[in-house]
Amino acid sequence: MRIVSSRRLTAAIGAALGAGALVTAFPFLWMISGSVKPRSESAAYPPRLLPEAPTFENFAQLFGRLDFGRYLVNTLVVVLISMAGVVLMAMAGYGFAKFRFRGRGPMFFLVLATMMVPVQVTMIPTYLLLNGMRLTNTLVGVAIPGLVSGFGVFLFRQFMSAVPTEMIEAARLDGAGEARIFWRIVLPLSRPILAVQIVLTFIGAWNSFLWPLIVADDDRLYTLSVGVSLLNRQIATSPSLQMAGATLMVVPILIVFIVFQRHIVQGFTLSGLR
Amino acid sequence: MKQPLAPYAFIAPAMILLLVFGVLPILVALPVSLTDMNLAGLADWSRIEFAGVANFRELVADDAFWQALTNTGIFALLGVPTVIAVSFAAALLLHRSENRFFRALRAFYFAPAITAIVAVSLVWGYLLNTRFGLVNHLLSTVGLPPARWLGDPVLVKFSVALVAVWRGTGLNIIIFLAALKTIPREYLEAAELDGASGARKIVSIVIPLLRFAFLFVAVTTVIAWLQFFDEPFVLTKGGPLGESTSISLFLYQEGFSAGRFGYAAAGTLVLFLIIAGVTLVQLRGRRFDADR
Repeated sequence: MRIVSSRRLTAAIGAALGAGALVTAFPFLWMISGSVKPRSESAAYPPRLLPEAPTFENFAQLFGRLDFGRYLVNTLVVVLISMAGVVLMAMAGYGFAKFRFRGRGPMFFLVLATMMVPVQVTMIPTYLLLNGMRLTNTLVGVAIPGLVSGFGVFLFRQFMSAVPTEMIEAARLDGAGEARIFWRIVLPLSRPILAVQIVLTFIGAWNSFLWPLIVADDDRLYTLSVGVSLLNRQIATSPSLQMAGATLMVVPILIVFIVFQRHIVQGFTLSGLR
Repeated sequence: MKQPLAPYAFIAPAMILLLVFGVLPILVALPVSLTDMNLAGLADWSRIEFAGVANFRELVADDAFWQALTNTGIFALLGVPTVIAVSFAAALLLHRSENRFFRALRAFYFAPAITAIVAVSLVWGYLLNTRFGLVNHLLSTVGLPPARWLGDPVLVKFSVALVAVWRGTGLNIIIFLAALKTIPREYLEAAELDGASGARKIVSIVIPLLRFAFLFVAVTTVIAWLQFFDEPFVLTKGGPLGESTSISLFLYQEGFSAGRFGYAAAGTLVLFLIIAGVTLVQLRGRRFDADR
């Protein structure tokens, strides 16, 4: 009797959660449906759920009349530069995890302290610094403020502390150089945390908006996020063009999310336990 | 320790970047906030003049600054409790079962958290559009008049906060779910044998055991809402008439649209102090809690 009522409750909760999930996911469905509507349909009232005459003209327009092909390439360049940051964070994590050296404690404290400082607080002075280094209006300047995060270094250190020191010592006795030990032994052993970091870095770099917006003055350096935000000026004329731009940004991330869900959830969970 | 230089070589690149982009900006903000630095000063540093505390004095007298500060407070009051309550409730329900259906549902709740704010803000702007938005259409089917979701000075705060709540819950659901997994099933079973109801179990066992998760979510959510920026930037540009301008958006506009870097740096320091102060208060509240 009790088991039956408990099962019923689970089913009821499942149904409620299912309805909630549909509501949560609805904006994505609306976006995709809107992206293939002809312009006239997208601004028609009353709105229809599905397009009557589906079309890819909006995407053609993004890559044709507008410069979204270039924005896409720029975004991918920023993502690639950001991946170099993952390597730098892994190196630092290894340094803190497996070496004893002077200044280790204070330096690691500094790493943790940078996690507390919000981006908006450093926005203006960082721009002034980038300007002083002549990095404004470059893609390196777009990527570099977020290249290394204290949290990333912290995660690598935690994970690499568990790499057996004997393996590293044995390799040293065999005459392997420090760089070789790092590339051939430590990094391969850290594959799980590396995967988490790579996925999170990809998402972060792909979505990043503030730095591209501030640093890239020249429209040849715009990333997808800046390009999409500029479509906002066209709300009166073409919502379907906006939805196409949004789809272009969101769908690749949703695909990455579905494929790497386990890593992403793991990364977020770790971020909650810091 | 054969090569004492090796550890420094490993940490140097990351440390230099962290120092330059994590620590140095705070040190730069203070001197800049005491100057009248603007676009002209950016090109030619000799045109920057020391201004003392003039920027801070002007900030205190600036109605737009107070409006942004008030708006940010309203956003935080609307958003923080909602995000915490919704994500806790969703996590609790999702924790009910480990079967395939429940696990698949999680993905739907997480997805908004990882998508680009710029893009989803556009989608919400379209949904909430006064003339041809779907939301107003749905209202009209039940006989309600259309609302100016992004044009009404009061309603706009709710609309912008709604989008941020939609986006903000996913991450916290993950954190609550991970914390819920650490509660031993025996605790709940023992309580059930003693005749405790579902609500009683949540209040007396689950919530106290999740104290740390609640503190973490509260601190990070408050900080996130005090830094609130992207949603109003894309949805409304802070309008109408500054009614949805957050403090970060105000600083961005002063700094990068108006080019008043000295003035914006002064505001930056004020924001930093507010965030640090609020966080300290929350952490101290937690310490008293632990002492009892």
